[in-house]
Amino acid sequence: MAWTRFGKKKDMPGGLWIKCESCGAMLFRKEFEQKHRVCGTCGYHFTLPARDRIALTADPGTFEEMWKDLTARDVLEFNDRVPYAEKLVSTKAKTGESDAMVTGTAQVKGIPCALGVMNFQFLGGSMGMVVGEKIALLCEMATERKLPVVLFACSGGARMHEGAVSLMQMAKTCGALQRLHQAGVASISVMTHPTTGGVTASFASVCDMLIAEPGALIGFAGPRVIATTIKKELPKGFQRSEFLLEKGQIDRIVARSAMRDELARLLAYATGRDAVAAFKPVPVAAELEAVAVPAVEPPAEKPRKKAKVRKAEEA
Amino acid sequence: MTDQPAKTTVQDGLAFERPLSDLQQKIAELRKLNAGSHLELAGEIELLEERLRRQTAEVYAHLSPWERVNVARHAERPLTSDYVQLMLDDFVELHGDRVFGEDRAILTGLATMAGRRFLLVGHRKGKTVKDRLACNFGCAHPEGYRKAMQKMRLAEKWKLPIVTFINTPGAYPGIGAEERGQASAIARNILEMFDLKVPVVCIVIGEGGSGGALGIGVGDRVGMLENSYYSVISPEGCAAILWKSGDKAPEAADALKLTSKDLLRLGLVDKVIEEPLGGAHRDPKGAVERVKAQIGTWLGELAELPVERLLEQRYQKFRRMGTPNGL
Ligand SMILES: [Zn+2]
Repeated sequence: MAWTRFGKKKDMPGGLWIKCESCGAMLFRKEFEQKHRVCGTCGYHFTLPARDRIALTADPGTFEEMWKDLTARDVLEFNDRVPYAEKLVSTKAKTGESDAMVTGTAQVKGIPCALGVMNFQFLGGSMGMVVGEKIALLCEMATERKLPVVLFACSGGARMHEGAVSLMQMAKTCGALQRLHQAGVASISVMTHPTTGGVTASFASVCDMLIAEPGALIGFAGPRVIATTIKKELPKGFQRSEFLLEKGQIDRIVARSAMRDELARLLAYATGRDAVAAFKPVPVAAELEAVAVPAVEPPAEKPRKKAKVRKAEEA
Repeated sequence: MTDQPAKTTVQDGLAFERPLSDLQQKIAELRKLNAGSHLELAGEIELLEERLRRQTAEVYAHLSPWERVNVARHAERPLTSDYVQLMLDDFVELHGDRVFGEDRAILTGLATMAGRRFLLVGHRKGKTVKDRLACNFGCAHPEGYRKAMQKMRLAEKWKLPIVTFINTPGAYPGIGAEERGQASAIARNILEMFDLKVPVVCIVIGEGGSGGALGIGVGDRVGMLENSYYSVISPEGCAAILWKSGDKAPEAADALKLTSKDLLRLGLVDKVIEEPLGGAHRDPKGAVERVKAQIGTWLGELAELPVERLLEQRYQKFRRMGTPNGL
């Protein structure tokens, strides 16, 4: 359930070059940021900070943040070598965020929605009381205002430092989504690298539509835990978006560059509204190719070149 | 000091039981002696029994969280199958998820207890080595969670309340489990349990292992046996990640606040059901009786509530768990 650390400190802020977690290519930072943190060589989608995600998804100037000042209480007085209370203070200072979730209302190509985005930079995007509460508040607001909900997941799972309180956020978020469903309001979950543990096993998996970015690690148990349990090597591409699509677990894989158009397209179906800016549907051939791409290897394993996803990026 | 003692603690979380079982053995021997040769040992036996009672009460009042985790995992602790045997007047087991297969790690069936009919859903750990393997030690696969929901929907249709027994180290982490959507099966159960239009009572009888526990754990009343635990991650898993050492499980168990008293204080469960002196494994019948009484009380209370109130209260109950600053 709980979050572990994924691909940490691979990209040092401020450097001119950064190394791709997947293929090892050296990427010119400016170009990398222009491509919204997608590797130009192999198409690997790096985690995207919440604010960048919002900028990429919402129409300029339309995002209105809600419940910005919610902060976690250290109800357990948790202490693993650094007290949780101190960890919260330093993480807030480092990230400028109050916790691992940003919520509010926005428009995507003119279609209003309730938007929630997880922030991996904040303690691995782990879900504690703030994440749970913000999702519940967002869903309740959306139920009342009949606004479709879009949730971007990016998390290692539940936040251990909040113990069983964080576990119960799985129930809290699912309960709120259940009421949203009951009211007939649409919901879209976008799972990005990585989405694991208690986040996958709660709100991220029970929206109307499940979308994943290419190559994202998505699963219940972490790959290391599984490998230790079954004492076998894991199959290639295991728990990656393409694997999940193959196994019938998700609706679509959508590249980051196409995400905003795609969301607008889906929201139009969900709400009966028209997206204001004309959207260019992705050519079918390119889309199939994107789906057929073998999964991007996990960062920990030997660096290897991967091709193809890039084509979907450019399409 | 070397690090030897710490290691012993992790491997033998039941070390505190030794003086108690020594004393128990001594009493048993004296009894045998007394019966065989008509010695006048009755006084001595009585004294020792009194000492055993006092010592057991003393030891169990001061167990560390890690020691309680080990009591929750005790080999002789009553399992779901024992509750079926000792608590029910009738049980009709129902198998299968109707889609993929039959997962023995979750037991489902129609139950009658003192005139009350309900659906029983419980993690099954197994008694014998063969059983344990067949049940994956209580670690369910997606088909187990889907079976549970399929039967819970049946109970809803037949207007039977639902009682769940939680006792799992966690949902199974494996290739097949992931392929078949372990996360989504659990999430779907959690979501749908909010929608069940019949009373739901959940009891943690041993291990409340994370999402695998919560997958059958959304109810109108949630109780925990005194020496059970409920946690977001196993102490071993938490120690490995945060302390970088599985040996630190006792420290992690401490930090996670996973005991029944902690959960009650945090407002995450409604009640701690006290166990017989020295834990449920010393007196399974006594433990089962107490659980049975609690289930009866709760089902009685809940039967009075109109469905809308029931569902509203169930939602609000979980909605209130973990309130951040700044609201
Ligand atoms: Zn790359």
